[in-house]
Amino acid sequence: MTLATPRRAPGPEHPGSGRTRPGNRITRRIPDRVRRRGLPYLLLLPALGFELLIHLIPMLVGLVMSFKELTQFYIRNWRTAPWHGMANYRVAVDFNAPIGHALLHSFLVTCSFTLLAVGLSWLFGTAAAILMQDTFRGRGLLRALFLTPYALPVYASAITWAFMFQHDNGLVNHVLHDQMHVAGQSFWLIGDNSFIAVVVVSVWRNWPFAFLCVMAGLQNIPRELYEASSIDGAGIWQQIRRITMPSLRPVNQVLILVLFLWTFNDFSVPYILFGRSAPQQADLIAVHIYQSSFVTWNFGTGSAMSVLMLLFLLAVTAVYLLVTTPRRRHARA
Amino acid sequence: MPSSRTTAIAAVAVSLLGLVTACGGGSSTTGGGGNSHAKTLTYWATNQGTSLDDDKAKLTPELQKFEQQTGIHVKLEVIPWDSILNRIMAATSSGQGPDVLNIGNTWSASLQATGALVQWDDATFAKIGGKSRFVDSALGSTGAPGKPPAAVPLYSMAYGLYYNKKEFAAAGISQPPATWDELIADGKKLTKNGQYGLAIEGANNSENAHHAFTFAKQHGGDFFDAQGNPTFTSDAVVAGVKQYIDLLGTNKIAAAGNAEYAQNQSVADLASGKAAMLLWQAAGGQLKTRGKNPADWGVAPVPVQSGTPGQGTNVDTMVAGINMAVFKNSGNLDGAYKFVKFMTSDAEQKTLCSEYGSIPPVKAAAADPVFNTPELTVLKNALATSAAPLPQVAKESQFEDLVGAAMKQLFADAAAGKPVTLESVKAKLQAAQQQMQG
Amino acid sequence: MRVPRSFIWTRRVVLTLLTIFAGLPIYVMLSSSVKPLADVTGTFHWIPDNITLSPYKDMWKTVPLAHYFWNSVIVSLGATVLSVAVAIFAAYAVSRYDFRGKRVFTITVLSTQMFPGILFLLPLFLMFVDIGNATGIALLGSRGGLILTYLTFSLPFSIWMLAGYFDSIPKGLDEAALVDGCGPLRALVRIIVPASLPGIVAVAIYAFMTAWSEVLFASVMTNDETRTLAVGLRAYSTQYDVYWNQIMAASLVVSVPVVAGFLLLQRYLVAGLTAGAVK
Repeated sequence: MTLATPRRAPGPEHPGSGRTRPGNRITRRIPDRVRRRGLPYLLLLPALGFELLIHLIPMLVGLVMSFKELTQFYIRNWRTAPWHGMANYRVAVDFNAPIGHALLHSFLVTCSFTLLAVGLSWLFGTAAAILMQDTFRGRGLLRALFLTPYALPVYASAITWAFMFQHDNGLVNHVLHDQMHVAGQSFWLIGDNSFIAVVVVSVWRNWPFAFLCVMAGLQNIPRELYEASSIDGAGIWQQIRRITMPSLRPVNQVLILVLFLWTFNDFSVPYILFGRSAPQQADLIAVHIYQSSFVTWNFGTGSAMSVLMLLFLLAVTAVYLLVTTPRRRHARA
Repeated sequence: MPSSRTTAIAAVAVSLLGLVTACGGGSSTTGGGGNSHAKTLTYWATNQGTSLDDDKAKLTPELQKFEQQTGIHVKLEVIPWDSILNRIMAATSSGQGPDVLNIGNTWSASLQATGALVQWDDATFAKIGGKSRFVDSALGSTGAPGKPPAAVPLYSMAYGLYYNKKEFAAAGISQPPATWDELIADGKKLTKNGQYGLAIEGANNSENAHHAFTFAKQHGGDFFDAQGNPTFTSDAVVAGVKQYIDLLGTNKIAAAGNAEYAQNQSVADLASGKAAMLLWQAAGGQLKTRGKNPADWGVAPVPVQSGTPGQGTNVDTMVAGINMAVFKNSGNLDGAYKFVKFMTSDAEQKTLCSEYGSIPPVKAAAADPVFNTPELTVLKNALATSAAPLPQVAKESQFEDLVGAAMKQLFADAAAGKPVTLESVKAKLQAAQQQMQG
Repeated sequence: MRVPRSFIWTRRVVLTLLTIFAGLPIYVMLSSSVKPLADVTGTFHWIPDNITLSPYKDMWKTVPLAHYFWNSVIVSLGATVLSVAVAIFAAYAVSRYDFRGKRVFTITVLSTQMFPGILFLLPLFLMFVDIGNATGIALLGSRGGLILTYLTFSLPFSIWMLAGYFDSIPKGLDEAALVDGCGPLRALVRIIVPASLPGIVAVAIYAFMTAWSEVLFASVMTNDETRTLAVGLRAYSTQYDVYWNQIMAASLVVSVPVVAGFLLLQRYLVAGLTAGAVK
């Protein structure tokens, strides 16, 4: 299969140029005439400023709080709360004690939830985007329908699904039990099925975003690739496997990571579906930590748990990026 | 932050901030922490009515009366229940919050422990007419024992047994049950043809915790001992909790679907006739809004083992209600006291409590004939003779959440047909107790 | 190109299933929004027995919906515009320049995407209070404060996504422009931005939706005046009742502009990269 050399590579290939030498800030990518050494820093300044203000400094403060015994007794002036050392962390990771055990359980539930929800969202989004690449009648309408769940306020989506999942009057039981007779009248918001319920809602909300990103990514793939390959006799499925999927790799890399982080950190959906206390089978970690900290005025412990969660996510992301960015000399992250 | 680069960043950030707030059209923070503002007050009210708007409509005329009397303008914000704890926490931690606010009375001890609320010692109480004006049981839910109250009672409520008179008559039951055995027997008679004897709000943590408290008391147990240590696993407590769960599980006089009720569906069920009985706080207003004719339903005291409500093991309700608290950081303490005095005055108590369907915690106002409806008489009696306050410990909100959640899981098990035994109840309560920190 | 039957059938089946999946709750919202409350809380019926438009009238009063909607629009649009602008600059720097600290910057910014909101909610709140006390700029309870917060939430992904898009635009393009005497910023605006419009649109949508649907921070940082839709809708669930039909009606109404926006922007998403592309 002869492929024309893609003019627009889907990844940050830097043919030839772009080798940094220590002490040489600007490489030959920009002509030497432009001696604006400070320009990159200036361009980054706003982003850095906002990140510092909103993310980094508060995060550091939160980190400091995790080493303190910050309960309702001290919340009025958190700086004077007594130092607790690693006690909050010890409580959180002591898996034999109830609090640590509950946290571990919640963590495992969240991991399986995230893997399942992200996998399905990605699958649905990619399938829809690829299948809808060619024009057909009603495509615009269908696209609008598919994007609508993403556009709906999260409260509305979650409360509608909660409404549908009701045991007595919900649509789900009505269809499954009363009309199709395939299942008993089960509980979806409490008990074992609550895990399925929260996965369904999460996928319903998030797959349009995958659809959107993959759709945008598909635009980047030059037509010539497909044309050339079809001249060589490749069928559609082969084209999808050999051209589309590899070309989508950079988009997918970002998409899956973002979906993972979003889903793992998701607070609104379980909170709206299940209220303040989620059933054990669907005890997602964001609500769990909220329960253990805000509701019980235990900010020290809550902060410690959040820091642990953050460390886990950082580790996962680092591993993920290492594994999924081959042959890149300048790792973008 | 000394570095010049960070100063540059800060400068850029601040200028962008200025740009953004200019076009953001934001308003300033609520109330003033530390700034004196003798002519205004910020008041955070909780949602007691059918909607936030409804609360505004009920409260605004009273606030205008207050302004006419004192010249102080009250800025009202009605905060929904799911946000209020967050807002209070934020206000407590930052020192910037309202001047006066409503709190659930069971939160009094927890909030007292933060030190953010004004302590109502006798001198302060004198500003609003003295402690003796208030019903004792309501005062019992205003803070930790041995300390001056952290808030003043505003509205009082109690649990009662609401029942459908028509369905009772149809089933041949002449009187509402006074003991649990009678209730179960009546419930079984009423449970047929898709209707059930009792409606239970099984997924609502607060409701569960409140009932658990009462049932435990009736078995002679308490959730906390005299020193404030949790005793969730004592035999009495376990037996009490199991008795409540059994209503849905073993006795099956409540529908299995009740295990997921958390949004007042149980009241809807009583109103629509799907259930014949309900244990609820001051449901009269809700039943009226749902179109139920007051002649169709009645209220009786919540059953007790002996049949006669009283104290000790004959307690049949926790002291429910809303308290009014003043933030220490308020910039207008004088105005705040005046406002509390106004809201707890006999006249205002009569107006507001009758609008909300609650009972005035002020003795003089409670004696007014408008509160002598059959429903309110039962509840008043309960408050006066057979009510007990929830444990006034700093960890009270933890208790409500942990025990309530444990019971939600037990209800889920019962609804799914799994056996609920004394051991399983004890195990869940033990897990809850161990998660009580500190 | 021959399209095999397997593909056509797969397409039909998959898209039908997805249509049902996506459409069912929307149908439920539509049909419930025209039922009286008693019908909504009773047994579920596919076709409403009684149709009433009163939820659409009452919803404006039960909750100050118009006010909340307006707040949400201001906050979300503001956050989107600023976030995209800041991200474009940063992504340009990351994509086109090598500089000391680039790796640290990208790693740091990316890692902030992972910060659980609960961890820095309280500290951020306290910081806004401190800034308010120090400078008199009221960030708490103001839409500006929310805009700042939300634009930062969507920055990491936006920068990363845009940097990727910019990378896929051949360096030859802007090098040619620079050789012609164009400054780097003009090159950015004239060449890079138009060429990466789909990516910018996707990022703008992401930034908008991040702001539009955020609940946790909005619930703490807003007051009556500035409450956004995401928080305000919860007020339909009151002490007494859950006004299901009004919630559905309100959600549909406030989503119409958003979906309409999506539809309008679709053109940019699917338009090929034609502006000035070097073939």
